[in-house]
Parts: sequence; C-alpha cells; structure tokens
Amino acid sequence: MIQPASKSGNWGLTLAAVVLFLFPVLNAFAPVGSFLHVSDFSINLYGKYLCYAILAISVDVLWGYTGLLSLGQALFFTLGGYMMGMHLMRKIGTLGQYHETIPDFLVFLGWHNLPAFWRPFNSFPFALLMVFLLPGVVSLVFGHLAFRSRIRGVYFSILTQALTYAACLLFFRNSLLMGGNNGFTDFKFLLGQDLRAPATQRWLYLASAVTLTVVYLTCRWLSRTKFGLVQQAIRDREDRVLFSGYAASHYKLFVFLLCALIASVGGMLYVPQVGIINPSEMAPDKSLEAVVWVAVGGRGTLIGPILGAVGVNALKSWTTRAFPDMWLLILGTLFVLVTLFMPKGIVGLPGQLLALRRRYTARFKIAPPPTEPQRQLVKIE
Amino acid sequence: MTEAHKEFILMLEDVNKTFDGFKAISNLNFYMDAGELRVIIGPNGAGKSSMLDLITGRTRPDTGRIEYGKDTDLTRLNEYQINRLGIGRKFQTPSVYVEHTVFENILLSLPGTRSVWEALFSRVTPAQKERIGQVLDIVGLGGKAQARAGSLAHGQKQWLEIGMLLAQDPKLLLVDEPAAGMTDEETVKTGELLLTLAGKHSIIVIEHDMTFVRQIARKVTVLHQGSVLFEGTVDEVQNNERVIEVYLGRKKKENN
Repeated sequence: MIQPASKSGNWGLTLAAVVLFLFPVLNAFAPVGSFLHVSDFSINLYGKYLCYAILAISVDVLWGYTGLLSLGQALFFTLGGYMMGMHLMRKIGTLGQYHETIPDFLVFLGWHNLPAFWRPFNSFPFALLMVFLLPGVVSLVFGHLAFRSRIRGVYFSILTQALTYAACLLFFRNSLLMGGNNGFTDFKFLLGQDLRAPATQRWLYLASAVTLTVVYLTCRWLSRTKFGLVQQAIRDREDRVLFSGYAASHYKLFVFLLCALIASVGGMLYVPQVGIINPSEMAPDKSLEAVVWVAVGGRGTLIGPILGAVGVNALKSWTTRAFPDMWLLILGTLFVLVTLFMPKGIVGLPGQLLALRRRYTARFKIAPPPTEPQRQLVKIE
Repeated sequence: MTEAHKEFILMLEDVNKTFDGFKAISNLNFYMDAGELRVIIGPNGAGKSSMLDLITGRTRPDTGRIEYGKDTDLTRLNEYQINRLGIGRKFQTPSVYVEHTVFENILLSLPGTRSVWEALFSRVTPAQKERIGQVLDIVGLGGKAQARAGSLAHGQKQWLEIGMLLAQDPKLLLVDEPAAGMTDEETVKTGELLLTLAGKHSIIVIEHDMTFVRQIARKVTVLHQGSVLFEGTVDEVQNNERVIEVYLGRKKKENN
C-alpha cells in the first residue's frame, strides 16, 4: 500500500457495515410490530439498492478514478442480469402459463424445443461463469478497440452510450430469442429455494451486502496500489503518463474490464430480487441515472457512490409514489444543483459546511477593532 | 557514412510534417552528439515543439528518418515505447499529477517495470524512498514531499517536472522552455542544474530567454519555418546576418 488509511474514516465505515448486516438480522428475529423490525418489503427494496450501489461503484472507478465517463455500465449490469435470468427461466420448469418445459415466450414464438444456446443455462455454475465471461469478452473487445484508437473524453462517453443503445435495440428483437421487449419474468426458484419466500430474499440481500463489501474493499485496495496511482495519473495528465513509459491503454483496459465485471455481478444479484429483466434496463436514461448517483454521492470516493445510489433511489421510491410524473424532472434538477453547488457530492458536504462556518466566524471576528492575532486569522482564510 | 554516424545519439534527416496544409517541419536535418547540451531557438511557429513531438512519437513525420542511437527508428514507435528507450520530455507548461503528492509524482517516474500486473503488487522499497529523497533535494523540494502537487507554485511545479525527468534517468532529455514562469534566480538555478547534467545525459533545451541561453549554451540551433537556419555558438548566432534578419532583427523592430 502506498497511502495510509485515515482512522476517522474507518470508524464511519465500520458503523455503516454494522447497519448493513444488521438489517437482515432484524428482519428475521425482531418481532413484527416492534420498531426494530425490518419488513420483508424493506429487505427486498434495500437489497435492490445495494445492487445499484455495486453498479455505482463501477461507474465511479471509471469516471472518478480514471477519468473515463462510461455511459455503458448499464449494459454490463443488464448482461449480468440476463445471464442470471436465463438460468432462472430454466428453473421455472413446467410451472409457466403454458405448462411446457421451455420458457413461455418461446412457446409463444412457436418453438417446441429449447434452442441450443439455452441448454447449458440449466446449470447454475454455467450461468455464473457466463456472468463473468460475456461482459468480460464484450468489455475487452470494445475497450481494446476504443483505447487503442485513443478515444477519450466525450467521444468515449458517446461511444459507450451508443454501444448500450445498440444492445438495447438488439435485445428488443424477438429473433434474438431472449424474450424481446418483455424480457424475462415470473421467476420461481433459485438453487431450489422459493424466490418469494422471505428467507430467500434475506439471503439475496445478504449476498448483495457481502458482494458490495468485497467490491468496496477491492476497489479501495486498488486505489492505494501503484496501479491506483497510475490510474489516477491517467485521469489528471494522460500525456505525462505516456511520456513516463506507461502504456495508458493497458491500464484503462484493465479498469474497464474490472468495472464491467463488477457491474455484471451487480446485475446478477439484482434480477432475482426484482423478479424481472428486460431491455429497458439498457435505455440511455439508466446509464445516466447511475452517473447522477455517483455525482450526488461524491465522485472520486468509494463511499460516495454507495450513498448516492441508496439515497437517490430512496428518493425515487418516495417520489414515484407521491408525484409519479415528476421523477425525471426532480432527478435532472438534483443533478444540476449538485453539479453547481456540491461538486464533491454528499461526501464533500461536511467539508464544505466546515469551510463555510470558518469563513462566517472569520468575518464575525473582524467586527471588533482588529488586533494582531485576529488579523492573522483572517489572512489564513 | 555509418562510421561517422555512430557517435550521434539523435539524427533527423529530411523530415517533413504538414498539419492541415501548414508546413510545420520542412526538410529538417538535425544531428546531435551523445553527451551534448544543445539549445534550440527560433521565432514562434518555427517548429520547435513540433520537432519534439516528432522525436517523442506524439506525431509521425510525413517523410524522413528519425533515428536514436545506432539505428533505432523512432518513427515506428509510440510515446511510451520511445520513453522506455531512455528519452524523457518536459513539457512547456508544467505537467505534473496535481492530485498526487510530490513524493508520488517522483515515484511514478522512477525507472522500473511499467506493467499493469507489477503495478498491482509493487511496494515502495527503501532504495526507492532514498532515491526520491535525493531527487527532491536536487530540485529543492525536499520539504514538500507530502504536499499535493497541485498546491505548488508555478516555478515549483516546473522544478517538480524536472525532478520527474531526473528520476527517469533518461539518456536523452528534451526540455521545452524550462525557465517559463520562473524568477531570475530560479532560472539561473535551472541553468546550473542542466549544466551539471550535460555529459552524463544528452540534452535538448528549447528556450526563448536569451540570458538563459547564454548561460547554458555551447551550441545553438536556430530553427526557422520548420528547418535549420543556422548552427553555432551563441556569439556566432547573435552575429549571423540571416538570424538577425528573421529572428533577432524582427524582435528589435517589434521593440521599436
């Protein structure tokens, strides 16, 4: 490690981790009706937010740490979700509407036998492997081409957005045999467990919480290695990095791959908890929303994306119930306000307030006739 | 011919480069001995920085040869490959990693592996720490190791970048206007530093400040419209009719 960890930061993190893992315990053991009880609904909702937080970290490691504003993280999140979805579809068995052994939408399309590429998804380990393999290959190919051609800045953002949109259109087609615009839904079982059972949802929450913790710790470790230094140097001064003998494109490709895998795992955990996956998850506004979470929480920190993802989505849940038509308007306003007045997001807010207070007290102290030490105090400001 | 060229550390022959119809470099021929400290001067747009871009792989020449050492063709390599051969560059505006500490800026410049895998698991060795300390002492930033590079004054950033170049320990240093934005005193110190480096390293300095040129230069190359107009000592350059006409002369007219 190159940079030492701050001690006060670790306190807050430990507290956050305790709360994170206390939730399912309270859901399972606190009596219903007690103020300590966490409802099944909340566990499911927060489990979903944790998946968004994983996605947000992947956006921030690219954007805040490497200077690559990728609008394609929703693609990898969705691909991971689809790989899991394919397995879940196979586990419905004959419990679908048509009571056939193949998924309902295939029956609807006139298929009688399972297409060959669907067959291995009967196996959970295979689906898990594909969660890593498919986004891994897509990100390596796209990243290699983009970084080799020195595509950066806004061009990189536009290209990743275009890639995601192209995938979105592709998945909308019924002929891809991936469920068309309805996607996959009506899941029943995962690893032999009933998905609607509170215990299963609790385990899924727990899996999301553990994954988020591992992802967080891995990215924190990474940011403190020499790799992390090079990565952040690329963000701040790429030409200097090149002229210091580092192949910046190799470093960017590694980060792009890593973040694709992180997003994909997030998507994999997301699908069994929300019970549906369809191409609208790849629509342009989804990638942009993840960027807003990061901006609101605090770009260039690792706790920021988590706070942003959970915070903005909690706000979204409430807004879409209270003012159903206003959500995108509120999201846009929030983004503008944060960009203008809170450049470091929620994470930077305490520092901003502290600076504001210091300025206020400094101004207040000028009022009495200035003596030497007080004048010095003003000078510091 | 090859016999004579063995001594050259850098050779540009018949190099041409056009940007959007503007001929930045035109039939440029430039030879430099190992261990030499060469100063390149020339009016704005003479092609000085373009020449460094061509040498360091940032741009490729349309035609011509650029060779380093015995027979390494630089026109086929990119920036980081050229840097790994031992060619270091300091930019005109200080280019340091502003969010990193001064210590980290030097650390990333130390020689050693550049691979992704090694970067994940490498640790700072005591030898590296010691070397960073030495470099920071040379450039007068010894007390600033833990300061954020972005918080340094302009002149200090210039020094930090020079330090990063020193840490790389390149065979050939390309230094673009090192004295820009420095105080007179800092400029003199920069000159002294460059003079101590000459001999062990080969150095190309691009500079506008004639006092500074006078302080460090043995041999001066004057560029004009993308090719070499004249080469010689500072005195020869300042007394050369053509140089006075295109460069110094024009400056006099401007001053009047």
